[in-house]
Amino acid sequence: MSDTRDIELLIDLMARLPGLGPRSARRAVLHLIKKRGQVLLPLADAMHRVGTSARECLNCGNISTRDICPICDSEKRGNGQICVVEDVADLWAMERSGVFQGRYHVLGGTLSALDAVGPEDLRIPRLIDRIATENVTEVILALGATVDGQTTAHYIADRLPGITVTSLAQGVPVGGELDYLDDGTITAALRARRAL
Amino acid sequence: MTGLALTSLTLSHFRSHRRAVLAFDGRPVAIHGPNGAGKTNLIEAISLLSPGRGLRRAAPQDLARRPEALGWKLVATLATPTGAHEIETWAEPDTARTVRIDGKAAAQTALARVAAILWLVPAMDRLWIEGADGRRRFLDRATMSFLPDHAGAVLDYEKAMRERNRLLKDMVRDPAWYAALEGQMAQSGARISANRATALAALAAAQAEAETAFPAAELGLTHPEGPLPETDEALRSALSDNRPRDLAAGRTLIGPHRVDLTAHWRAKDMAAADCSTGEQKALLISLILSNARALAARTGTPPILLLDEVAAHLDAARRAALYDEICGLGTQAFMTGTGSELFEALDARGQSFVVTETGGRSTVTEVPPSAPP
Repeated sequence: MSDTRDIELLIDLMARLPGLGPRSARRAVLHLIKKRGQVLLPLADAMHRVGTSARECLNCGNISTRDICPICDSEKRGNGQICVVEDVADLWAMERSGVFQGRYHVLGGTLSALDAVGPEDLRIPRLIDRIATENVTEVILALGATVDGQTTAHYIADRLPGITVTSLAQGVPVGGELDYLDDGTITAALRARRAL
Repeated sequence: MTGLALTSLTLSHFRSHRRAVLAFDGRPVAIHGPNGAGKTNLIEAISLLSPGRGLRRAAPQDLARRPEALGWKLVATLATPTGAHEIETWAEPDTARTVRIDGKAAAQTALARVAAILWLVPAMDRLWIEGADGRRRFLDRATMSFLPDHAGAVLDYEKAMRERNRLLKDMVRDPAWYAALEGQMAQSGARISANRATALAALAAAQAEAETAFPAAELGLTHPEGPLPETDEALRSALSDNRPRDLAAGRTLIGPHRVDLTAHWRAKDMAAADCSTGEQKALLISLILSNARALAARTGTPPILLLDEVAAHLDAARRAALYDEICGLGTQAFMTGTGSELFEALDARGQSFVVTETGGRSTVTEVPPSAPP
């Protein structure tokens, strides 16, 4: 009988990834084995390198392979704006748009007393330090429109007196149709209407 | 058929029903059968075509047929004035309930926009004499029937309040954290108060205009800590001022979560809690019918009513009056009772089904009008 324990282990590990279940993990592993040279070995190599070098930026909480991430390291990005996001995936989403030219601050979650996540667990003290040391003129809160996200936003705004604190607009998505929006979104969009 | 009606329902591994495929024509539906046959299970399935845990407030895993426990599924077609909608809802073992509307994944709250479903179950017979929780739930369900987004406001408020209560219990003294949560609570709390006031006004108007055999009730709201601040700003400041007392109590003492619904039988000048069991039941039926009437007046479409064991505590004259009012409203009411004789006064104005149970498996059969059992 052939020994497939390592392959089973690989499938098991892959199935723990977000978006993959046991069936899709099996398909992915089969594909990797079939494309050993083109995909599997370069992937294993890249994973090994990232596994040993990836770390959180000491300044903003972004993930890179250096102690200070390229965004914090870039003088061009020091335009006085800091965009506060919940996690690195949100930072990547903002960067994909290519519109924001300032720096980020990754909280690493939202305030939740029930989950025992307090301000000290969220790099909020570090954000307050940065305001003083980086000549920050505006803090943009890009947090979710959930109870936890908005509680965190109000908490941060409260802790940053004397500085302009803004939050992302809420309303009709680009390319969206009103008919498909829920009442809450339409209400928010109407409240935030602007002159054309 | 131009109003709201359930036209088909398929139950799969749902409680005592292994598989049942039922067709309805929009008329009121009388469901009879012995105790434990699975009548309430059938209307519980219909209640799951609205948001929440249904009329028994059961967890999704408790709805699966035992001993298989494979999960359960319901497929329904709802005819509405804007067209027919297919609703699918199911839960696999140990997973949350999933909803699809017209083949597309949807949030449970979206169900409220497709159909308004109201119910009356025997557990509510003691509504007026038990704790305020049940009355608040009753009020919020009525409010949701008028304003589907009320559910979102209640969920947001409760979530922020649970967070605040945790801070109070842990004696956290971070004013900014409290202020952030109180801001959220005040925002959704003010919406809750305004929504409830709208619902009460609609119920009062419907009662005033109705010619009914059921008693009219004066409805009111009370708050144990004096008048409840109604605006966002006033509630926010009241929560902030009350923080020291809340810290001592370890929970939030003021807010819409403590509001109680009161009812007073107008003709007898008597509080609902002091009425007889039959009178309390009549009062509840009166409120459900008023709710249905008010909805019909607002939207042009009466809701679907689920009336479990509705004939209990009602004499023959009141039963006949109930069926007359249901037919007059044009609502599709699903009513259960142990014997077919309880629905004699409904006669050909309704559809009739009998539910039997053999070896833990329910069977539902339509009784043809020409051959009453």
